[in-house]
Amino acid sequence: MVARVYITLKPGVLDPAGKAVESSLHTLGFQDVASVRLGKYIELELPEGDGTAAKARVEEMCRKLLANTVVENYRVELGSER
Amino acid sequence: MKVGVVVFPGSNCDEDTLHVVRDVFGHPAQLLWHKDRDLKGSDYVILPGGFAHGDYLRCGAIARFSPVMEEVVAFAGRGGPVLGICNGFQILTEAGLLPGALLHNAGQSFLCRDVLLRVDGSPNRFTGGLSRTATFRLPIAHMDGRYFIDDEGRRRLEGEGRVLFRYADDNPNGSLAAIAGVLGEGRNVAGLMPHPERNAEPVLGNGDGRAVFAALLGS
Repeated sequence: MVARVYITLKPGVLDPAGKAVESSLHTLGFQDVASVRLGKYIELELPEGDGTAAKARVEEMCRKLLANTVVENYRVELGSER
Repeated sequence: MKVGVVVFPGSNCDEDTLHVVRDVFGHPAQLLWHKDRDLKGSDYVILPGGFAHGDYLRCGAIARFSPVMEEVVAFAGRGGPVLGICNGFQILTEAGLLPGALLHNAGQSFLCRDVLLRVDGSPNRFTGGLSRTATFRLPIAHMDGRYFIDDEGRRRLEGEGRVLFRYADDNPNGSLAAIAGVLGEGRNVAGLMPHPERNAEPVLGNGDGRAVFAALLGS
């Protein structure tokens, strides 16, 4: 199975890269964009097995390495194919 | 005092730091490889600047799991002094030895210039003897130096006098409360973004880094 991990800056933490993209979108005429936040997307390939246990394991990876929980939130999705 | 300077793949201030500790201050000093599981009798450990492990994922995120870091964490736990400079500071926050995190500079640029620092916080082993009214000119060279900590963490840090340094003139990277360096809970671990080793001799600038580095080493 594949685990998809989305890592985003916590609300309230300034995201200067997101601001730069937001400003460029406005310049390009996409004025309706109210806010842009950049994050990270990580794909992990895991052996087939119990989804609940796999998700808990990936969440542990997030807490230990993939995310810095001082400033980032994470979300894990499991899927069957890439 | 025997000083150990940890070298990670991608460290680039290790030799400068070793040079200042050994040749400017006259302490016995040695380089420690990140795969070492032994601090080789060091009484003081420095994590130098650079881009350890390419700063992949986040600055310091991979380096904190280097074998030597287990020893550094244990050493700090026994009260041993540990100093992180720039990338070393980032590694210490990732390792949980220092509070907060260092984020992308607010201005989205790599900053390589001098800044003015002032000393803050309550008395501690790293800034003893440094003037509280003077400012010190030190170089910075970083992309991710914006110090961040949540409100509760900041209240604790300020309340316990653990903000070591603040940017004095401008806030180059958008750090919260202009924080440039902090002290750990046990008051034996410190980190700062500016590079005292790069201005510790008059040939490299005004030499302000010498007074700062001397205080950090407690010599």
